[in-house]
Amino acid sequence: MLILECPCCGVMADETELAPGGEAHLTRVGPEGSDADFESYLFDRKNPKGVHFERWRHAAGCGKWFHAARSTVTLEVFGTYPAQVTEPPKALLATIAKKVPGWEGWQ
Amino acid sequence: MSARLEGYGRLIDRSKRVSFSFNGKRFRGYGGDTLASALLGAGQMMLGRSFKYHRPRGLVASGAEEPNALVGLGEGRRFEPDQRATTTELFDGLAAISQNHWPSLAFDIGEANNYVARFLPAGFYYKTFMAPRGAWAKIFEPFVRQSAGLGRVPVDADADSYEYVYAHYDVVVVGGGVAGLQAARAAAATGVSVLVMEDAAHWGGRAPVDGGEIDGMAPGDWVKAVLEELENAGNVILRMRMQGTGVYDHGYLLGYERVADHSPGDGRPRHRLWRIRAGRIVTATGALERPLAFAGNDVPGVMLASAMRDYLVNWGVAAGRRIVVVTNNDDAYRTALAMKAAGRVVAAVLDAREVVTSPLAQAARAAGIPVMEGRAIAEVRGRARVKSVLVTTQKGAGKAGEEIRCDAVAMSGGWSPVVHLWSHCGGKLTWDETAALFRPDPERAPTGADGAPFVLTAGAASGALALDACLADAHEAGKAAGKGAGGKASRKAGPKASCEAEAAIEPVWIMPEGAGPEKRMKMWLDYQNDVKVSDVQLAAREGYESVEHTKRYTTLGMATDQGKLSNINGLAVLSQALQQAIPQTGTTTFRPPYTPISMGAIAGEARGDLFQPLRRTVLHDWHAAHGADWEPVGHWRRPYAYLSAGESRAQAVRREVVNTRENLGLLDASTLGKIVVKGPDAGRFLDMMYTNMMSTLPVGKCRYGLMCSENGFLIDDGVVARLDDDTWLCHTTTGGADRIHGHMEEWLQTEWWDWKVYTANLTEHYAQIGVVGPKARKVLEALGGMDVSKEALPFMHWAEGALGGFPVRVFRISFSGELSYEIAVPASRGQALWDALMEAGKPHGVMPYGTEALHVLRAEKGFIMIGDETDGTVIPQDLGLNWAISKKKDDYIGKRAQARAHMADPERWKLVGLETTDGSVIPDGAYIVAEGTNANGQRNTQGRVTSSYYSPTLKRGIAMGLVLHGPERMGEEVTIPRIDGAEIRARIVETCFYDKEGAKQDV
Repeated sequence: MLILECPCCGVMADETELAPGGEAHLTRVGPEGSDADFESYLFDRKNPKGVHFERWRHAAGCGKWFHAARSTVTLEVFGTYPAQVTEPPKALLATIAKKVPGWEGWQ
Repeated sequence: MSARLEGYGRLIDRSKRVSFSFNGKRFRGYGGDTLASALLGAGQMMLGRSFKYHRPRGLVASGAEEPNALVGLGEGRRFEPDQRATTTELFDGLAAISQNHWPSLAFDIGEANNYVARFLPAGFYYKTFMAPRGAWAKIFEPFVRQSAGLGRVPVDADADSYEYVYAHYDVVVVGGGVAGLQAARAAAATGVSVLVMEDAAHWGGRAPVDGGEIDGMAPGDWVKAVLEELENAGNVILRMRMQGTGVYDHGYLLGYERVADHSPGDGRPRHRLWRIRAGRIVTATGALERPLAFAGNDVPGVMLASAMRDYLVNWGVAAGRRIVVVTNNDDAYRTALAMKAAGRVVAAVLDAREVVTSPLAQAARAAGIPVMEGRAIAEVRGRARVKSVLVTTQKGAGKAGEEIRCDAVAMSGGWSPVVHLWSHCGGKLTWDETAALFRPDPERAPTGADGAPFVLTAGAASGALALDACLADAHEAGKAAGKGAGGKASRKAGPKASCEAEAAIEPVWIMPEGAGPEKRMKMWLDYQNDVKVSDVQLAAREGYESVEHTKRYTTLGMATDQGKLSNINGLAVLSQALQQAIPQTGTTTFRPPYTPISMGAIAGEARGDLFQPLRRTVLHDWHAAHGADWEPVGHWRRPYAYLSAGESRAQAVRREVVNTRENLGLLDASTLGKIVVKGPDAGRFLDMMYTNMMSTLPVGKCRYGLMCSENGFLIDDGVVARLDDDTWLCHTTTGGADRIHGHMEEWLQTEWWDWKVYTANLTEHYAQIGVVGPKARKVLEALGGMDVSKEALPFMHWAEGALGGFPVRVFRISFSGELSYEIAVPASRGQALWDALMEAGKPHGVMPYGTEALHVLRAEKGFIMIGDETDGTVIPQDLGLNWAISKKKDDYIGKRAQARAHMADPERWKLVGLETTDGSVIPDGAYIVAEGTNANGQRNTQGRVTSSYYSPTLKRGIAMGLVLHGPERMGEEVTIPRIDGAEIRARIVETCFYDKEGAKQDV
């Protein structure tokens, strides 16, 4: 039962209000993509033990998708941010790097 | 036998007599009794039989850890099995029955298992019920079922009500013993809001029984003073009879409040499930005493030393007249001294330690109690009650020495902190070698959203067992919790406590340490599941090295025990057998709930009419008044058919189909999803959403569209109408409306957020009525106001206007193959329009039709239905819908996936029609078999039936199915087995059975 702050409406939302959407910042592979690239886009996920960037929708709230950076081990939430970006905000990355020694970065 | 003692019983009210029954026999107890103390007080030592061997069992404990005294409680609609007598408060009229015996508690057939116990070791079932395979269903399963299960399942619906409570507190303290109260006090002093919950019906926990001094007061007096202080604090809520059941992510905590268990039928909800968010959680859950593993440690009369003390001090019940205490630590001497002071004979204290000179032991000696050092119990004699113990040396193999006559044995193997709640959300433990216990490791605490630990432990739950250390620890925990939850620093000092100094414990896992196989087979580790030392050792010998595997193989710590009594002893025995250190073995996982909670509490108010929200169309009441036989569709209820008097469902469906084909049918289509997509980029967006080209759809026209997932699978279909230059209205399936709206929003918000498109789900804004059948136009003309002729409003067009004074959108679309208008009207006008159509339709034989007629009509036309022809693995190409997939588009969701090798495989099963040769109806979901059998001896398949109906139009069974190379096999006959073994022959035909040219819908 996580609590995540919806960056759109500002609500500290209980997990019951949220719908999970898996790994964030995937790049869509369209009809031109190779079999291998498309398979990777559809199925390959990082599933890290540690810092994870993931998609959530405030489904029973404002309805907006957003991203969350979270530790899958400690459940610490480093931050949430709108989904309309192709990579995590720099300030958030700096925060995580400071908090998680030896972190390999988001990519 | 047992008896009530004058001057004892701090929790009972002797002026209040309470009458109850056990196995039909009437007993009397006192107000404040538990069922256990009342039965023990009435001399009833044997309370049940064990699960596997049906051995006679009595009370072992006095609290939630009790493994034996599980009873069936209540009667009829208030019957509930597996209730612990030790935590059941006595009330007038309580009725309990014992479990696991037949025909009676005293005489039990199943006890025969006890005499073949050596043939029923760990893993017996796994090893025995393997072969022959033919015996699985007929012989093994009935046998296993006969012996499986604890207690009897209630038959009647629960008479009580239950509810949820949602709450937020800065600090929640679980446990209302002295540690919990002190932690709450310290937390409250920081100014934060505090909830304290106590599982039992009284405050103070063990301290008033165990003695010592706090701030110059007896613990009981101190508890009273602190409670008063907390009640007046203003920021503290105190709840009794409420258990901290589970701790979850980010400070989520479940509290289980037993509101009215002790006053059934008083009008209050029986249980409340508290769903709490806490800034910090302090677990002051105390510690549980461990049994000792000696031969015959399960004979009724053998109980935990602390429990014997509890029954004496709390309820004035002496568990025996002549007792023996066996221990490896000092705490059990408190029981010896208390029993002696109460006038009982303490025949001996058998202390496994070689030399004992601590103050408590000296006090026992001074009281005239024989203390025998380095001693152990070789064996307990007695069957339904302890008769004597045989003494031996702890260091030896168990050669029986002196026999001591006694009727009760108090045992203590040391204490284990209750770490369950700490562990639920990932808190780790550390093995304390000196104290011989696992304690929470504050360095590896469960962490919350802010990365800081959110669970703290207080007192004995931290492993601080002595009263002074316990309160000091609790004070610090409360302070830290308050501060962590945003409170201000508090300089208030903790209380000053004192108690007797105790000598170190000496771990004893098997008693005596050199006991041979005969003795180990009589040493119980888990009373409830009948797991003995020999079983765990057998598991180790057979290669079960992981404690989790051993647990499952032997059933150690299963059922209600869950690591309370059996855990540490079991894993210590396993460690010895594996010749490794205890921390290397580790504990099994502690999972919620701490003790079983009622199903009613979990369900809360969600039962009956409140089980889930019901969605009703504006015509719902009309349907109900006109014979609707309801069918759940998503959260909606739709009429399956409208039953006339004396009519069966099947007859109604046939009548509705025939009437719609010949005259006129009305369908409430309001549940269909209606999503408006609008904006300069709406066309471009819909081209991505649908396999079809939607951007080129002219204003005023409709197009049937298919929607796929990125995996290529068909997820929804429906008619799209272009309303104006930048507005499209997308119809979805009834069940798909919310999902498809979410699907659109997901792509818009997360992939093409720079596209200028808005979506709005307007499903409930409009009532939509299908006017279907050859006479449809006549009815609309009768209403008047719009030109609905073929020329003005051709097939697959729509128009806006007024019909009979109603503002409407009329769509000329057909899911039946008939002349059909779907009329959308603002929801508030839906009923009036329906009434007008029914009235105007009278001369034309109008009848409403339900979802089943809709299905038959569409199947006769070979139209697919999402959820029948699709199941999440079907692509449009499988269904012969290539015509609806645009070849001109570079991209759409699912396009790339449909080009993958498996999707383009010509061996994929394809949709065809199936016509039975004898006209019968194929069972839904049947398989079409091929030659030969697979590796399991099952017949090979070459297809499956996706839709199957009786067609009243064609007067025969019709079906659709996915068949290997189906479209190339027109006219071929295939075989479809029925469940009863009979076979149906069917011919492969086109999917459209009726009006193949589509002449009827385009008039």
